[in-house]
Amino acid sequence: MKRYSSFAIVREAFRNHSGWKRAWASPIPKKKYDVVIVGAGGHGLATAYYLGKNHGITNVAVLEKGWLGGGNTGRNTTIIRSNYLQDPSAAIYEKSRSLYEHLSQDLNYNLMFSPRGVMMLAQTEHEVRGYKRTAMANALQGVPTEYISPEKVKDLCPIINLSGPRYPVLGALWQARGGTARHDAVAWGYARKCSEMGMHILQQKEVTSIISKNGKIGGVGTNSGDILCDKLCIVVAGHSGALAEMGGFRLPLESVALQALVSEPIKPVMDVVVMANTVHGYMSQSDKGEMVIGGGADGYNNYTQRGSFQHIEETVRSLIETFPMVSRLKMLRQWGGIVDMTGDRSPIISKTPLENCFINCGWGTGGFKAIPGSGWATAEMIANGEAGPLASPFSLNRFKEGRFIDESVAAGVAH
Amino acid sequence: MLLLNCPYCNLSCEETEFLAGGQAHIKRQSIDSSDQEFESYLFARKNPKGVHIERWQHLYGCGKWFHVARSTVTLEIFGSYSAQTLSPPKKIRANINKKLPEWHWENSK
Repeated sequence: MKRYSSFAIVREAFRNHSGWKRAWASPIPKKKYDVVIVGAGGHGLATAYYLGKNHGITNVAVLEKGWLGGGNTGRNTTIIRSNYLQDPSAAIYEKSRSLYEHLSQDLNYNLMFSPRGVMMLAQTEHEVRGYKRTAMANALQGVPTEYISPEKVKDLCPIINLSGPRYPVLGALWQARGGTARHDAVAWGYARKCSEMGMHILQQKEVTSIISKNGKIGGVGTNSGDILCDKLCIVVAGHSGALAEMGGFRLPLESVALQALVSEPIKPVMDVVVMANTVHGYMSQSDKGEMVIGGGADGYNNYTQRGSFQHIEETVRSLIETFPMVSRLKMLRQWGGIVDMTGDRSPIISKTPLENCFINCGWGTGGFKAIPGSGWATAEMIANGEAGPLASPFSLNRFKEGRFIDESVAAGVAH
Repeated sequence: MLLLNCPYCNLSCEETEFLAGGQAHIKRQSIDSSDQEFESYLFARKNPKGVHIERWQHLYGCGKWFHVARSTVTLEIFGSYSAQTLSPPKKIRANINKKLPEWHWENSK
Protein backbone atom coordinates (compact mmCIF):
# COMPACT_ATOMS: atom_id res chain seq x y z
CA MET A 1 0.00 0.00 0.00
CA LYS A 2 1.33 3.41 -0.97
CA ARG A 3 2.01 5.91 1.81
CA TYR A 4 -0.05 9.07 1.93
CA SER A 5 2.25 12.09 1.99
CA SER A 6 2.57 15.58 0.61
CA PHE A 7 4.95 14.11 -1.96
CA ALA A 8 2.19 11.70 -3.06
CA ILE A 9 -0.23 14.60 -3.53
CA VAL A 10 2.27 16.43 -5.74
CA ARG A 11 3.02 13.27 -7.70
CA GLU A 12 -0.68 12.57 -8.25
CA ALA A 13 -1.30 16.18 -9.24
CA PHE A 14 0.95 15.56 -12.26
CA ARG A 15 -0.99 12.51 -13.43
CA ASN A 16 -4.63 13.49 -12.96
CA HIS A 17 -4.88 11.63 -9.64
CA SER A 18 -4.95 8.31 -11.46
CA GLY A 19 -2.57 6.59 -9.05
CA TRP A 20 -4.65 6.54 -5.85
CA LYS A 21 -5.38 2.95 -4.86
CA ARG A 22 -8.37 1.58 -2.95
CA ALA A 23 -7.86 2.17 0.76
CA TRP A 24 -8.74 -1.42 1.66
CA ALA A 25 -9.24 -4.65 -0.26
CA SER A 26 -12.43 -6.69 -0.75
CA PRO A 27 -10.94 -10.20 -0.52
CA ILE A 28 -12.58 -13.59 -1.02
CA PRO A 29 -13.23 -14.97 2.48
CA LYS A 30 -11.14 -17.86 3.75
CA LYS A 31 -12.72 -20.94 5.39
CA LYS A 32 -11.02 -20.30 8.72
CA TYR A 33 -9.30 -17.49 10.59
CA ASP A 34 -7.42 -17.30 13.88
CA VAL A 35 -9.65 -14.48 15.07
CA VAL A 36 -13.01 -13.31 13.74
CA ILE A 37 -14.30 -9.94 14.86
CA VAL A 38 -17.99 -9.20 14.33
CA GLY A 39 -18.61 -5.53 13.60
CA ALA A 40 -16.41 -3.26 11.46
CA GLY A 41 -17.02 -0.08 13.39
CA GLY A 42 -14.33 1.90 15.16
CA HIS A 43 -13.98 -0.50 18.11
CA GLY A 44 -13.93 -3.64 15.94
CA LEU A 45 -11.36 -2.27 13.50
CA ALA A 46 -9.20 -0.85 16.30
CA THR A 47 -9.25 -4.27 17.99
CA ALA A 48 -8.09 -5.88 14.73
CA TYR A 49 -5.39 -3.24 14.23
CA TYR A 50 -3.87 -3.68 17.70
CA LEU A 51 -4.08 -7.48 17.39
CA GLY A 52 -1.77 -7.13 14.41
CA LYS A 53 0.38 -4.27 15.66
CA ASN A 54 0.87 -5.25 19.32
CA HIS A 55 0.48 -9.03 19.18
CA GLY A 56 1.43 -10.05 15.64
CA ILE A 57 -1.88 -11.80 14.94
CA THR A 58 -2.86 -10.98 11.37
CA ASN A 59 -4.95 -13.98 10.29
CA VAL A 60 -8.02 -11.96 11.22
CA ALA A 61 -11.39 -11.27 9.59
CA VAL A 62 -13.65 -8.37 10.48
CA LEU A 63 -17.27 -9.04 9.48
CA GLU A 64 -19.73 -6.22 8.91
CA LYS A 65 -23.42 -6.60 8.09
CA GLY A 66 -23.71 -3.17 6.49
CA TRP A 67 -20.85 -0.97 5.44
CA LEU A 68 -17.69 -0.14 7.32
CA GLY A 69 -18.16 2.53 9.99
CA GLY A 70 -21.85 2.91 9.15
CA GLY A 71 -23.18 2.43 12.67
CA ASN A 72 -22.46 4.61 15.66
CA THR A 73 -18.93 5.37 14.40
CA GLY A 74 -20.56 7.49 11.70
CA ARG A 75 -23.33 8.83 13.92
CA ASN A 76 -21.67 10.36 16.97
CA THR A 77 -20.72 13.93 17.82
CA THR A 78 -16.96 13.14 17.71
CA ILE A 79 -16.07 14.37 21.20
CA ILE A 80 -12.85 13.09 22.78
CA ARG A 81 -12.20 13.58 26.50
CA SER A 82 -11.04 11.56 29.50
CA ASN A 83 -12.18 13.56 32.54
CA TYR A 84 -13.97 10.66 34.21
CA LEU A 85 -14.37 10.20 37.94
CA GLN A 86 -13.60 6.51 38.51
CA ASP A 87 -10.04 5.19 38.19
CA PRO A 88 -10.72 2.35 35.71
CA SER A 89 -12.63 4.73 33.39
CA ALA A 90 -10.01 7.46 33.59
CA ALA A 91 -7.32 4.87 32.81
CA ILE A 92 -8.91 3.50 29.64
CA TYR A 93 -10.27 6.82 28.36
CA GLU A 94 -6.94 8.58 28.98
CA LYS A 95 -5.10 5.74 27.23
CA SER A 96 -7.47 6.29 24.35
CA ARG A 97 -7.08 10.07 24.31
CA SER A 98 -3.32 9.79 24.40
CA LEU A 99 -3.36 7.32 21.51
CA TYR A 100 -5.45 9.80 19.51
CA GLU A 101 -2.61 12.33 19.86
CA HIS A 102 -0.37 10.38 17.46
CA LEU A 103 -2.92 8.24 15.68
CA SER A 104 -2.84 10.18 12.41
CA GLN A 105 0.91 9.50 12.16
CA ASP A 106 0.56 5.85 13.26
CA LEU A 107 -2.15 5.14 10.72
CA ASN A 108 -0.73 7.44 8.03
CA TYR A 109 -4.27 8.79 7.72
CA ASN A 110 -5.41 12.30 8.63
CA LEU A 111 -7.93 11.89 11.44
CA MET A 112 -8.18 15.67 11.89
CA PHE A 113 -7.67 15.21 15.63
CA SER A 114 -8.25 18.63 17.09
CA PRO A 115 -7.45 18.96 20.81
CA ARG A 116 -9.35 22.21 21.09
CA GLY A 117 -10.43 21.69 24.68
CA VAL A 118 -13.61 20.32 26.24
CA MET A 119 -15.59 22.30 28.78
CA MET A 120 -18.31 20.79 30.95
CA LEU A 121 -20.45 23.55 32.41
CA ALA A 122 -21.43 23.52 36.07
CA GLN A 123 -24.88 25.09 36.31
CA THR A 124 -26.03 23.98 39.75
CA GLU A 125 -24.31 23.87 43.15
CA HIS A 126 -24.25 20.07 42.94
CA GLU A 127 -22.44 20.19 39.65
CA VAL A 128 -19.90 22.67 41.03
CA ARG A 129 -19.09 20.26 43.84
CA GLY A 130 -19.17 17.26 41.50
CA TYR A 131 -16.76 18.78 38.98
CA LYS A 132 -14.37 20.06 41.64
CA ARG A 133 -14.27 16.51 42.94
CA THR A 134 -13.67 15.16 39.42
CA ALA A 135 -10.85 17.68 38.87
CA MET A 136 -9.17 16.44 42.06
CA ALA A 137 -9.72 12.79 41.11
CA ASN A 138 -8.23 13.54 37.68
CA ALA A 139 -5.18 15.16 39.33
CA LEU A 140 -4.58 11.91 41.25
CA GLN A 141 -5.10 9.85 38.08
CA GLY A 142 -2.64 11.98 36.12
CA VAL A 143 -5.30 13.34 33.76
CA PRO A 144 -4.74 17.08 33.32
CA THR A 145 -8.04 18.87 33.95
CA GLU A 146 -8.92 21.95 35.96
CA TYR A 147 -11.95 23.62 37.45
CA ILE A 148 -12.33 27.08 35.92
CA SER A 149 -14.29 30.21 36.85
CA PRO A 150 -17.20 31.70 34.85
CA GLU A 151 -14.89 34.51 33.66
CA LYS A 152 -12.51 31.94 32.15
CA VAL A 153 -15.52 30.18 30.57
CA LYS A 154 -16.59 33.43 28.92
CA ASP A 155 -13.02 34.06 27.83
CA LEU A 156 -12.74 30.63 26.17
CA CYS A 157 -16.21 30.72 24.65
CA PRO A 158 -17.53 34.27 24.20
CA ILE A 159 -20.93 33.24 22.77
CA ILE A 160 -22.01 31.73 26.12
CA ASN A 161 -24.67 33.49 28.14
CA LEU A 162 -23.40 33.18 31.73
CA SER A 163 -26.46 34.59 33.48
CA GLY A 164 -29.07 32.23 32.00
CA PRO A 165 -32.42 32.75 33.70
CA ARG A 166 -32.81 29.16 34.89
CA TYR A 167 -29.26 27.84 35.06
CA PRO A 168 -26.49 30.46 35.27
CA VAL A 169 -22.98 29.21 34.49
CA LEU A 170 -21.15 28.85 37.83
CA GLY A 171 -17.92 27.39 36.48
CA ALA A 172 -16.71 24.48 34.38
CA LEU A 173 -14.52 21.41 34.28
CA TRP A 174 -11.94 22.11 31.59
CA GLN A 175 -9.80 19.55 29.79
CA ALA A 176 -7.47 21.43 27.47
CA ARG A 177 -6.30 18.32 25.58
CA GLY A 178 -9.81 17.04 24.89
CA GLY A 179 -11.37 17.83 21.54
CA THR A 180 -12.76 16.28 18.41
CA ALA A 181 -11.65 14.13 15.47
CA ARG A 182 -13.09 13.15 12.11
CA HIS A 183 -15.19 10.12 13.01
CA ASP A 184 -15.33 8.39 9.61
CA ALA A 185 -11.60 8.82 9.15
CA VAL A 186 -10.96 6.86 12.35
CA ALA A 187 -12.75 3.82 10.89
CA TRP A 188 -11.21 4.31 7.45
CA GLY A 189 -7.69 4.79 8.79
CA TYR A 190 -7.85 1.62 10.89
CA ALA A 191 -9.44 -0.33 8.01
CA ARG A 192 -6.68 0.73 5.62
CA LYS A 193 -3.94 -0.38 8.01
CA CYS A 194 -5.70 -3.67 8.81
CA SER A 195 -6.02 -4.41 5.10
CA GLU A 196 -2.33 -3.56 4.66
CA MET A 197 -1.44 -6.14 7.34
CA GLY A 198 -3.35 -8.76 5.32
CA MET A 199 -6.50 -8.87 7.44
CA HIS A 200 -9.83 -9.43 5.69
CA ILE A 201 -12.57 -6.82 6.04
CA LEU A 202 -15.76 -8.44 4.80
CA GLN A 203 -18.66 -6.05 4.31
CA GLN A 204 -22.31 -6.99 3.75
CA LYS A 205 -21.64 -10.14 5.73
CA GLU A 206 -24.29 -10.53 8.38
CA VAL A 207 -23.75 -13.01 11.18
CA THR A 208 -26.84 -15.18 11.51
CA SER A 209 -25.66 -17.76 14.02
CA ILE A 210 -22.81 -18.59 16.37
CA ILE A 211 -21.31 -22.06 16.03
CA SER A 212 -20.13 -23.63 19.27
CA LYS A 213 -19.29 -27.12 20.47
CA ASN A 214 -19.09 -28.22 24.11
CA GLY A 215 -19.23 -24.62 25.28
CA LYS A 216 -16.34 -23.65 22.99
CA ILE A 217 -16.48 -21.32 20.04
CA GLY A 218 -16.19 -22.85 16.57
CA GLY A 219 -17.15 -20.05 14.20
CA VAL A 220 -20.06 -18.08 12.88
CA GLY A 221 -22.78 -18.70 10.33
CA THR A 222 -23.30 -15.80 7.95
CA ASN A 223 -25.65 -14.85 5.14
CA SER A 224 -23.14 -16.42 2.73
CA GLY A 225 -21.78 -19.53 4.41
CA ASP A 226 -19.99 -20.48 7.62
CA ILE A 227 -16.69 -18.97 8.71
CA LEU A 228 -14.66 -20.91 11.25
CA CYS A 229 -12.37 -19.37 13.84
CA ASP A 230 -10.34 -20.13 16.97
CA LYS A 231 -11.41 -16.97 18.75
CA LEU A 232 -14.43 -14.74 18.26
CA CYS A 233 -14.96 -11.19 19.43
CA ILE A 234 -18.37 -9.50 19.29
CA VAL A 235 -18.13 -5.72 18.87
CA VAL A 236 -21.57 -4.71 17.67
CA ALA A 237 -22.71 -2.01 20.15
CA GLY A 238 -26.51 -1.65 20.02
CA HIS A 239 -26.99 -5.09 18.49
CA SER A 240 -24.95 -6.98 21.11
CA GLY A 241 -28.15 -8.38 22.63
CA ALA A 242 -29.09 -10.11 19.38
CA LEU A 243 -25.60 -11.65 19.00
CA ALA A 244 -25.53 -12.76 22.64
CA GLU A 245 -28.86 -14.51 22.11
CA MET A 246 -27.29 -16.48 19.22
CA GLY A 247 -24.47 -17.44 21.56
CA GLY A 248 -26.96 -18.47 24.25
CA PHE A 249 -26.13 -15.91 26.92
CA ARG A 250 -27.73 -12.71 28.16
CA LEU A 251 -26.13 -9.32 28.69
CA PRO A 252 -26.97 -6.54 31.15
CA LEU A 253 -27.73 -4.17 28.28
CA GLU A 254 -30.62 -2.15 26.96
CA SER A 255 -30.53 -0.56 23.51
CA VAL A 256 -31.93 2.94 23.12
CA ALA A 257 -31.85 5.62 20.45
CA LEU A 258 -29.55 8.61 20.94
CA GLN A 259 -29.92 11.57 18.62
CA ALA A 260 -27.69 14.26 17.22
CA LEU A 261 -28.20 17.08 14.75
CA VAL A 262 -26.19 19.65 12.82
CA SER A 263 -27.02 23.17 11.80
CA GLU A 264 -26.34 25.00 8.56
CA PRO A 265 -22.67 26.04 8.29
CA ILE A 266 -21.81 29.43 9.75
CA LYS A 267 -18.59 31.40 10.26
CA PRO A 268 -16.37 30.28 13.18
CA VAL A 269 -18.02 31.20 16.47
CA MET A 270 -16.63 28.71 18.98
CA ASP A 271 -13.33 26.84 19.06
CA VAL A 272 -14.01 24.60 22.06
CA VAL A 273 -16.46 21.80 22.84
CA VAL A 274 -19.10 22.79 25.38
CA MET A 275 -21.22 20.28 27.28
CA ALA A 276 -24.07 21.34 29.52
CA ASN A 277 -25.22 18.26 31.39
CA THR A 278 -27.85 19.85 33.61
CA VAL A 279 -29.86 21.11 30.68
CA HIS A 280 -28.87 18.13 28.47
CA GLY A 281 -27.21 19.62 25.46
CA TYR A 282 -23.73 19.81 24.02
CA MET A 283 -22.30 21.59 21.06
CA SER A 284 -19.14 22.08 19.03
CA GLN A 285 -18.42 23.60 15.64
CA SER A 286 -17.13 21.38 12.86
CA ASP A 287 -14.42 22.45 10.46
CA LYS A 288 -17.13 22.96 7.84
CA GLY A 289 -18.82 25.47 10.17
CA GLU A 290 -21.81 23.36 11.14
CA MET A 291 -22.81 23.43 14.79
CA VAL A 292 -22.77 19.78 15.91
CA ILE A 293 -25.37 19.24 18.62
CA GLY A 294 -26.18 16.28 20.83
CA GLY A 295 -28.70 15.71 23.58
CA GLY A 296 -30.43 13.08 25.67
CA ALA A 297 -31.34 9.52 24.77
CA ASP A 298 -34.84 8.09 24.63
CA GLY A 299 -36.08 6.33 27.74
CA TYR A 300 -37.34 3.21 26.01
CA ASN A 301 -35.79 0.28 24.11
CA ASN A 302 -35.54 1.06 20.45
CA TYR A 303 -33.76 -0.28 17.34
CA THR A 304 -35.07 2.21 14.79
CA GLN A 305 -32.04 4.56 14.54
CA ARG A 306 -34.30 7.57 14.96
CA GLY A 307 -35.42 9.15 18.19
CA SER A 308 -38.43 10.95 19.60
CA PHE A 309 -38.98 14.44 18.30
CA GLN A 310 -39.48 16.02 21.71
CA HIS A 311 -35.83 15.24 22.58
CA ILE A 312 -34.64 17.47 19.74
CA GLU A 313 -36.93 20.18 21.04
CA GLU A 314 -35.58 19.81 24.60
CA THR A 315 -31.97 19.83 23.45
CA VAL A 316 -32.35 22.86 21.23
CA ARG A 317 -34.39 24.72 23.86
CA SER A 318 -31.67 24.28 26.46
CA LEU A 319 -28.92 25.29 24.05
CA ILE A 320 -30.74 28.49 23.13
CA GLU A 321 -30.72 29.42 26.80
CA THR A 322 -26.96 28.94 27.04
CA PHE A 323 -26.12 30.16 23.51
CA PRO A 324 -28.74 32.78 22.56
CA MET A 325 -27.11 33.34 19.16
CA VAL A 326 -28.09 29.87 17.91
CA SER A 327 -31.80 30.69 18.11
CA ARG A 328 -31.96 31.76 14.45
CA LEU A 329 -29.96 28.82 13.10
CA LYS A 330 -31.59 26.36 10.75
CA MET A 331 -30.92 22.69 11.37
CA LEU A 332 -29.69 20.68 8.40
CA ARG A 333 -29.81 17.07 9.47
CA GLN A 334 -30.88 14.96 12.41
CA TRP A 335 -30.11 11.29 12.97
CA GLY A 336 -30.14 8.59 15.61
CA GLY A 337 -27.86 5.77 16.63
CA ILE A 338 -28.61 2.70 18.74
CA VAL A 339 -26.54 2.79 21.91
CA ASP A 340 -26.19 -0.09 24.36
CA MET A 341 -26.55 1.07 27.94
CA THR A 342 -25.37 -0.91 30.95
CA GLY A 343 -26.67 -0.47 34.48
CA ASP A 344 -23.61 1.47 35.67
CA ARG A 345 -23.07 3.31 32.34
CA SER A 346 -19.62 1.75 31.97
CA PRO A 347 -18.61 -0.54 29.11
CA ILE A 348 -18.08 -4.30 29.06
CA ILE A 349 -14.78 -5.74 27.81
CA SER A 350 -14.97 -9.32 28.85
CA LYS A 351 -14.83 -13.02 28.30
CA THR A 352 -18.26 -14.61 27.89
CA PRO A 353 -19.75 -17.91 29.11
CA LEU A 354 -18.64 -19.37 25.76
CA GLU A 355 -14.95 -20.32 25.77
CA ASN A 356 -12.81 -18.19 23.40
CA CYS A 357 -15.72 -15.88 22.71
CA PHE A 358 -15.07 -12.30 23.82
CA ILE A 359 -17.26 -9.24 23.89
CA ASN A 360 -16.72 -5.50 23.75
CA CYS A 361 -19.94 -3.55 24.21
CA GLY A 362 -21.91 -1.27 26.52
CA TRP A 363 -20.15 1.96 25.55
CA GLY A 364 -23.56 3.58 25.61
CA THR A 365 -23.49 7.23 24.69
CA GLY A 366 -19.70 7.66 24.83
CA GLY A 367 -17.95 5.14 22.62
CA PHE A 368 -16.22 7.27 19.99
CA LYS A 369 -13.64 8.78 22.32
CA ALA A 370 -12.71 5.31 23.53
CA ILE A 371 -12.01 3.67 20.17
CA PRO A 372 -8.17 3.40 20.32
CA GLY A 373 -8.00 2.49 24.02
CA SER A 374 -10.83 0.01 23.74
CA GLY A 375 -9.22 -1.64 20.72
CA TRP A 376 -5.89 -1.78 22.56
CA ALA A 377 -7.41 -3.41 25.66
CA THR A 378 -9.63 -5.81 23.71
CA ALA A 379 -6.76 -6.96 21.48
CA GLU A 380 -4.68 -7.66 24.61
CA MET A 381 -7.52 -9.75 26.03
CA ILE A 382 -8.02 -11.75 22.82
CA ALA A 383 -4.29 -12.40 22.33
CA ASN A 384 -3.60 -13.49 25.93
CA GLY A 385 -6.97 -15.09 26.63
CA GLU A 386 -7.19 -12.99 29.80
CA ALA A 387 -8.05 -9.33 30.27
CA GLY A 388 -5.10 -7.05 30.95
CA PRO A 389 -4.99 -4.20 33.50
CA LEU A 390 -6.99 -1.81 31.30
CA ALA A 391 -9.83 -4.20 30.53
CA SER A 392 -10.12 -6.35 33.66
CA PRO A 393 -12.28 -3.93 35.73
CA PHE A 394 -14.84 -3.95 32.89
CA SER A 395 -15.61 -7.69 33.02
CA LEU A 396 -19.14 -9.08 32.96
CA ASN A 397 -18.58 -10.48 36.44
CA ARG A 398 -18.75 -7.05 38.00
CA PHE A 399 -22.54 -7.19 37.90
CA LYS A 400 -22.58 -10.42 39.89
CA GLU A 401 -19.94 -9.20 42.32
CA GLY A 402 -21.47 -5.75 42.81
CA ARG A 403 -18.20 -4.15 41.68
CA PHE A 404 -19.69 -1.37 39.58
CA ILE A 405 -17.82 1.40 37.85
CA ASP A 406 -20.50 3.94 38.48
CA GLU A 407 -20.20 6.69 35.91
CA SER A 408 -23.92 7.39 35.63
CA VAL A 409 -23.62 10.08 38.28
CA ALA A 410 -20.14 11.24 37.34
CA ALA A 411 -20.76 11.64 33.65
CA GLY A 412 -24.46 12.41 33.53
CA VAL A 413 -26.01 11.57 30.20
CA ALA A 414 -23.96 13.67 27.87
CA HIS A 415 -20.79 12.18 26.46
CA MET B 1 -43.85 10.36 19.08
CA LEU B 2 -45.53 7.28 20.55
CA LEU B 3 -49.25 7.36 21.30
CA LEU B 4 -49.92 5.24 24.37
CA ASN B 5 -53.19 4.21 25.90
CA CYS B 6 -53.48 4.39 29.68
CA PRO B 7 -55.71 1.45 30.66
CA TYR B 8 -56.74 3.19 33.90
CA CYS B 9 -57.72 6.57 32.43
CA ASN B 10 -58.78 4.89 29.19
CA LEU B 11 -57.13 7.77 27.38
CA SER B 12 -54.80 7.84 24.41
CA CYS B 13 -52.00 10.31 25.16
CA GLU B 14 -48.66 11.36 23.75
CA GLU B 15 -45.41 9.81 24.92
CA THR B 16 -44.39 12.98 26.81
CA GLU B 17 -47.12 12.29 29.40
CA PHE B 18 -45.50 8.99 30.28
CA LEU B 19 -42.32 7.64 31.81
CA ALA B 20 -40.73 4.48 30.41
CA GLY B 21 -39.90 1.88 33.05
CA GLY B 22 -38.14 -0.93 31.16
CA GLN B 23 -38.87 -4.64 30.90
CA ALA B 24 -42.08 -5.87 32.54
CA HIS B 25 -42.91 -9.08 34.41
CA ILE B 26 -39.52 -9.39 36.09
CA LYS B 27 -39.77 -11.77 39.02
CA ARG B 28 -38.69 -10.12 42.26
CA GLN B 29 -36.07 -12.09 44.20
CA SER B 30 -36.18 -12.76 47.91
CA ILE B 31 -33.64 -12.95 50.71
CA ASP B 32 -32.80 -16.61 50.04
CA SER B 33 -32.11 -16.15 46.32
CA SER B 34 -28.63 -16.86 44.95
CA ASP B 35 -26.18 -14.22 43.67
CA GLN B 36 -26.87 -15.43 40.14
CA GLU B 37 -30.62 -14.90 40.56
CA PHE B 38 -30.05 -11.45 41.99
CA GLU B 39 -27.75 -10.54 39.13
CA SER B 40 -30.35 -11.44 36.53
CA TYR B 41 -33.13 -9.78 38.53
CA LEU B 42 -31.18 -6.53 38.79
CA PHE B 43 -29.29 -6.35 35.50
CA ALA B 44 -29.98 -9.02 32.85
CA ARG B 45 -32.51 -7.60 30.44
CA LYS B 46 -34.20 -9.09 27.38
CA ASN B 47 -33.48 -6.21 24.99
CA PRO B 48 -35.25 -7.96 22.06
CA LYS B 49 -35.15 -6.78 18.47
CA GLY B 50 -38.90 -7.25 18.15
CA VAL B 51 -41.77 -7.40 20.65
CA HIS B 52 -40.93 -5.86 24.02
CA ILE B 53 -43.29 -6.13 26.97
CA GLU B 54 -42.52 -3.09 29.08
CA ARG B 55 -43.65 -0.92 31.98
CA TRP B 56 -44.85 2.64 31.60
CA GLN B 57 -46.07 5.14 34.17
CA HIS B 58 -48.79 7.67 33.39
CA LEU B 59 -46.59 10.32 35.02
CA TYR B 60 -48.58 13.45 34.19
CA GLY B 61 -51.97 11.71 34.43
CA CYS B 62 -53.19 9.23 37.02
CA GLY B 63 -49.63 8.37 38.04
CA LYS B 64 -50.25 4.62 37.80
CA TRP B 65 -47.98 1.99 36.28
CA PHE B 66 -49.20 -0.23 33.46
CA HIS B 67 -47.78 -2.56 30.80
CA VAL B 68 -47.42 -2.07 27.06
CA ALA B 69 -46.55 -4.52 24.24
CA ARG B 70 -44.51 -2.66 21.64
CA SER B 71 -42.21 -3.53 18.77
CA THR B 72 -38.71 -2.10 19.16
CA VAL B 73 -38.18 -2.41 15.39
CA THR B 74 -41.31 -0.73 14.01
CA LEU B 75 -42.45 1.09 17.19
CA GLU B 76 -45.91 -0.43 16.63
CA ILE B 77 -47.96 -0.72 19.82
CA PHE B 78 -49.96 -3.93 20.29
CA GLY B 79 -51.94 -2.70 23.28
CA SER B 80 -51.61 -1.81 26.94
CA TYR B 81 -52.91 -3.61 30.01
CA SER B 82 -53.05 -3.48 33.77
CA ALA B 83 -49.88 -3.98 35.80
CA GLN B 84 -51.75 -6.33 38.16
CA THR B 85 -51.00 -9.33 35.91
CA LEU B 86 -48.22 -11.92 35.74
CA SER B 87 -48.15 -12.28 31.94
CA PRO B 88 -49.62 -10.52 28.90
CA PRO B 89 -53.40 -11.21 28.62
CA LYS B 90 -54.81 -13.33 25.76
CA LYS B 91 -56.13 -10.31 23.87
CA ILE B 92 -52.67 -8.70 23.72
CA ARG B 93 -51.02 -11.96 22.66
CA ALA B 94 -53.62 -12.44 19.90
CA ASN B 95 -53.00 -8.88 18.75
CA ILE B 96 -49.26 -9.52 18.49
CA ASN B 97 -49.76 -12.88 16.75
CA LYS B 98 -51.95 -11.25 14.12
CA LYS B 99 -48.84 -9.39 12.92
CA LEU B 100 -46.16 -11.80 14.11
CA PRO B 101 -47.50 -15.38 14.13
CA GLU B 102 -44.10 -16.70 15.28
CA TRP B 103 -44.03 -14.72 18.51
CA HIS B 104 -44.95 -16.41 21.77
CA TRP B 105 -44.69 -15.40 25.40
CA GLU B 106 -41.62 -16.93 27.09
CA ASN B 107 -42.20 -20.68 27.57
CA SER B 108 -45.82 -20.83 26.40
CA LYS B 109 -46.58 -21.92 22.84
